[in-house]
Amino acid sequence: MERADYERLRWRCIRRALLELDITLTRFLDAGFADLSEAEQAAFVDLVALEDHELWYLVSGKEECEGDLAHFAPLVEKIRKCSVRLAD
Amino acid sequence: MSIPVLKFDAVIVGAGGAGLRSAIQLSEAGLKTAVLSKVFPTRSHTVAAQGGVAASLGNSEEDHWHWHMYDTVKGSDWLGDQDAIEFMVRKANECVVELEHYGMPFDRTDNGKIYQRPFGGHMSNFGEKPVRRSCAAADRTGHAMLHAMYQRNVKANTQFFVEWMALDLIRDSEGHVLGVTAMEMETGQVVIFHSRATIFATGGAGRIFHSSTNAFINTGDGLGMAARAGIPLEDMEFWQFHPTGVAGAGVLITEGVRGEGGILRNANKERFMERYAPNAKDLASRDVVSRAMTTEINEGRGCGLNKDYVLLDITHLDPNVIMKRLPGIREIGLQFAGVDCIKEPLPVVPTCHYQMGGIPTHYSGRVVVPQDGNPNTIVPGFYAAGECACASVHGANRLGTNSLLDLLVFGKSAGDSAVEDLKAGKAHRDLPKDAAEKSLSRIAAIDNRKGGANVHETRLAMQRTMQTHAGVFRFGDLLKTGVEKILEVEKAARELEIKDKSLAWNTARSEALEMENLIEVAKATMLSAEARKESRGAHVRDDAPDTPEFPNGRNDAEWLKHTLFNPVDNSISYKPVNMQPLTVETIALKTRSY
Repeated sequence: MERADYERLRWRCIRRALLELDITLTRFLDAGFADLSEAEQAAFVDLVALEDHELWYLVSGKEECEGDLAHFAPLVEKIRKCSVRLAD
Repeated sequence: MSIPVLKFDAVIVGAGGAGLRSAIQLSEAGLKTAVLSKVFPTRSHTVAAQGGVAASLGNSEEDHWHWHMYDTVKGSDWLGDQDAIEFMVRKANECVVELEHYGMPFDRTDNGKIYQRPFGGHMSNFGEKPVRRSCAAADRTGHAMLHAMYQRNVKANTQFFVEWMALDLIRDSEGHVLGVTAMEMETGQVVIFHSRATIFATGGAGRIFHSSTNAFINTGDGLGMAARAGIPLEDMEFWQFHPTGVAGAGVLITEGVRGEGGILRNANKERFMERYAPNAKDLASRDVVSRAMTTEINEGRGCGLNKDYVLLDITHLDPNVIMKRLPGIREIGLQFAGVDCIKEPLPVVPTCHYQMGGIPTHYSGRVVVPQDGNPNTIVPGFYAAGECACASVHGANRLGTNSLLDLLVFGKSAGDSAVEDLKAGKAHRDLPKDAAEKSLSRIAAIDNRKGGANVHETRLAMQRTMQTHAGVFRFGDLLKTGVEKILEVEKAARELEIKDKSLAWNTARSEALEMENLIEVAKATMLSAEARKESRGAHVRDDAPDTPEFPNGRNDAEWLKHTLFNPVDNSISYKPVNMQPLTVETIALKTRSY
């Protein structure tokens, strides 16, 4: 991904309406994004374009990736696994 | 250097609830209106508001604006201005109905009226019993509100500048506000927005604290810009906290966890609430729990490497009970603490939630400053609304659901005032020759500095200083050293360095510019908190305890006044609280107890 494209994506991940997404998406950009294939990176760009509540419900497991969103399921699973202890 | 100039009748900074509401007034009045936002409007932090919006519609039971006014004055611990509070509660019904007409999908009763639910602190008949006053759209009230208002703005031809960051307020030699400088993030281009009216609706600055429920976007940009332009900040010592946010993350843990049997423990695994509240223990009120947690941390019994959090333990509960009665808690623990709360306790800390102070405004939305003996002299061309403004309706503590009301009423009011002033006013005033100089030199300094301070480290130092020295429960000696420490952090914040020098999409530069705003708010908060020697509302000091002479530590004889922090010389002055409502009698001082 070109630098400017990545930085645009980064801004759209680290400045969300919901704190939960700021944290989750920042963490994934830092720890998991680079390992994604080109196609997965493109899917991630589409995924973070979702509305905040919709995205958070998927990432938090409150809702399943179904219907039009089914193709996001493997990516969402990767984001969910990217949790760390923040307190220390 | 030649800087492009875009001319508008009005420029609004911020596209959350207050910004969108004021833009509707201006655009529908036929005025050429620009709205600048760091993000797409419906990603503003207003989206996170769930509780609802307060209005005494009386759809579910009898209610009256006067009762709502009483609750708000009492909630504010009598620091709220009673004229502004009466104005807000009387406008509430009209603003909610307008929103419904914009298409807001409020929950409804069986007979089709807007459904109303109870919310803490909202009572009927002057504090007698809880009343159903909150109007909501499921758990997405803020989200639905933004969508409705955004669509209305699109229809009214409001021009949106999305992913633009406002940099500085432009004032001329007479103090008139003539617009802002702003940077287009996609290109790094700095542009002057030359306007006849400038409205700040930039939201709060909760990111000054290490633990905050606020999204990362809440960096106090409007307050930083106002401070750099010499506008004082009002009542910045007052911040609302929640007792239990996930340490290091800020994500809220519902108080229901303690209700279901959760136990707070310190580093020695001791159930410390037994010492502070022998009867209620972990179910003591929010402020008692917050104070106890802070005391444990301050006395060295906190957990973790920095000994800066305590533990919320539910490992003794049946996992089925946790999954059934506390849905989502396990997920929050896993995602934000790396802890499975069925097996391990959760790290928690009192967490900042809402800023009561801000840019001083009249209830008309016009910004006011002390000048020539008048504490409320209007700054021509400048308006503010929402969390960045201090009208002041929340005073020392905000009631739940009054924040969405605030941004509707004062967003509309600021828009109306701007329309009124513009219709009476003249053409654009001439821009000063150096209108963009301050912004350009700030950016150049950040871009060119070598050996300067790291943005992330400086922000962390500020956040830890604020959390430790000016948190939910405050100590005189800690506040004093906090002042020294935050002034040290300020020096670093004035010397930021970034590695990436790119023009386009330079997020490092954007974060450095945000840091320069955050530090203005942090400094104002610390110095204002140190100066106020009483306890009132959310500002609670160990050295201003509850005594018969000063119930709850509140000292009206000396401290029934608004703080004004002057950023030019770090001085503090005060102005009277307006105790005179618009049409009814003053709600007389009394002890705030629930």
